[in-house]
Amino acid sequence: MNREEKQYSQWTAMLAISRASFRSITRSPSAVIFTIAFPLVFIIAFGFINPGRIKLEVGLHPGSDTSSAIYRSFILTPNVKLVKDQGLGLLESGLNKGRLDALLFIHPPDSTRVAGRVVEVITSKSSREKGRFVESILTNIIDKGNLAFLKARIHSEKYLEHEGGLTEFRETEIAGREYKMIDFILPGQLGFSILSAGVFGTAFVFFSLRQTLVLKRFFATPVKRSFIILGEALSRLVFQVIGAIIIILIGKFAFGFTLIHGVVTVLNMLILSAIGLIVFMGFGFVVSGIAKNESVIPPIANIVTLPQFLLSGTFFPVDVFPDWLQSISRALPLTYLNDALRQVAFEGAGLTDVLTPLLFILGWGVVVYALAVRFFRWE
Amino acid sequence: MESREPIIQVEGLTKHYDQVMAVNGISFSVYRGEIFGLLGPNGAGKTTTLEIIETLRKKTSGKVLVTGLSVDNKSSEIKKRIGVQLQSAGYYPNLTLWELLKLFSGLYNRKTDRNELLKSVGLEEKAYAHFKQLSGGQKQRFSICTTLINNPEIIFLDEPTTGLDPQARRNLWELILAIRKSGTTIVITTHYMDEAEELCDRVAVVEKGKIIAQDSPAQLIENLVRSGFTRKKEVRNANLEDVFLSLTGKEWRDE
Repeated sequence: MNREEKQYSQWTAMLAISRASFRSITRSPSAVIFTIAFPLVFIIAFGFINPGRIKLEVGLHPGSDTSSAIYRSFILTPNVKLVKDQGLGLLESGLNKGRLDALLFIHPPDSTRVAGRVVEVITSKSSREKGRFVESILTNIIDKGNLAFLKARIHSEKYLEHEGGLTEFRETEIAGREYKMIDFILPGQLGFSILSAGVFGTAFVFFSLRQTLVLKRFFATPVKRSFIILGEALSRLVFQVIGAIIIILIGKFAFGFTLIHGVVTVLNMLILSAIGLIVFMGFGFVVSGIAKNESVIPPIANIVTLPQFLLSGTFFPVDVFPDWLQSISRALPLTYLNDALRQVAFEGAGLTDVLTPLLFILGWGVVVYALAVRFFRWE
Repeated sequence: MESREPIIQVEGLTKHYDQVMAVNGISFSVYRGEIFGLLGPNGAGKTTTLEIIETLRKKTSGKVLVTGLSVDNKSSEIKKRIGVQLQSAGYYPNLTLWELLKLFSGLYNRKTDRNELLKSVGLEEKAYAHFKQLSGGQKQRFSICTTLINNPEIIFLDEPTTGLDPQARRNLWELILAIRKSGTTIVITTHYMDEAEELCDRVAVVEKGKIIAQDSPAQLIENLVRSGFTRKKEVRNANLEDVFLSLTGKEWRDE
């Protein structure tokens, strides 16, 4: 028997598994649906949503003159909600984050100036269109007032003088970025696709490879167990990264998804996705280990994924929840992955800027893999 | 006929599962180039014994040498030199036979001629079929095909013909004999005695974790006859299986 005795390479074996596994994934409808189709459906649905009735939330500067005619006219405008009795700092941060559409400051009358009163509107790029809307409402009110005042002057009528004469309109736009629906929805969908692929994909694949003795047949070859796992993880990682690239590109070119630093931002998002996937795969290993049969995998996996789907800022910001619910949200790893993805994409953060959420995700990773080592079964 | 060089040596092998004694002090040797059969009813400990030799399972005690290497510390060396066909093994889902052979070539770090491999088991037409689309006999032939990739010194076949129709069974026998002819040692488990008689040079009969008889099939029959055994029924020159095969033909028909 002539046998070539050469060094056996675990890496060659691992790559063979990765290649086979990748082919298998691309031919499995559920993997393609979870990774690419589902997120895209949600992105398209939300990408096309335009808030039907415009509701304006305008913060009122605490120093504003609420006795003025301008104020009285403004509060009568339909669909305007005036946020009063808040400190200036809070109002400004609200404006910055896009919670407020504009900040209104009706200065008290000042008789030393030509224009007796100044009305200031500060808007943000975070909600540029709504800010414009607030401006046009105000200029409308002010123009009418000014016109009336001028008419009164011409006709020597005195009754408008207590309003302080002409009103000057000032507008400022602060440097917030334009925050679109897609900027919120895409990172959430990306995060969720990573979660479900990591948990469901891993749980099903390892369960069925174990049940159908595929793993046992692998054990009869010289490949080490750790390299089987590495090979499987690598193929899922590659598949998921390709899925993420497709989602990001469609988001960018079809819906104007904001990528502050272009390619660098995409790379940062992909790195975050990869880290997230590795952590979430740990959940999948645990599920595949504790599931006694195939039909209990979906319920168990859903226990992991569904709360995060709803509470981790996938569809709505975590801030809208009551405090007690927020504290649950703030314990879930997907919340941090979504946060980190949004910061990287929209605010142009680097990986070192999202160290806190990253450490939190890695902390979950340590816990989950400790459990996976405890529960994972090969046979 | 063969050189009497032992290629597998098993001495005093035991395996306990909790309280159950699955293998209880088994000793035997397999010689290079022979077909060795482990016979016995279900649950006798055949598969457990086989899996310990294949290094898939840890033994409780005893000594097992495969190609002179101990299963205790040379399992990865042994795996490179043997081919294993598992009872009812599955293969990676969604892949064609062609791709599965590529996978196994990688797992064994071997460059293989996949056409030649498929031809050797009569599946060259099925290169682009998926494993689950194959018939029972084709599945077993493919399983055997994957054991040949690393050009092994020994292949292990665990109940390869269970559940097959008579034609498929005979086809598999021919395949097994052809592999032996190329110089490969074969260890096979079965609970069909006609199969053991047809294929095996020597057999060991396993019952409740122990070997209760060990010799060539002819010698075992001879021993029984000498002890005064006679069959109740008169032996006819043909049996129903012969009738079935002469009526339906012997050709490979599991398309």
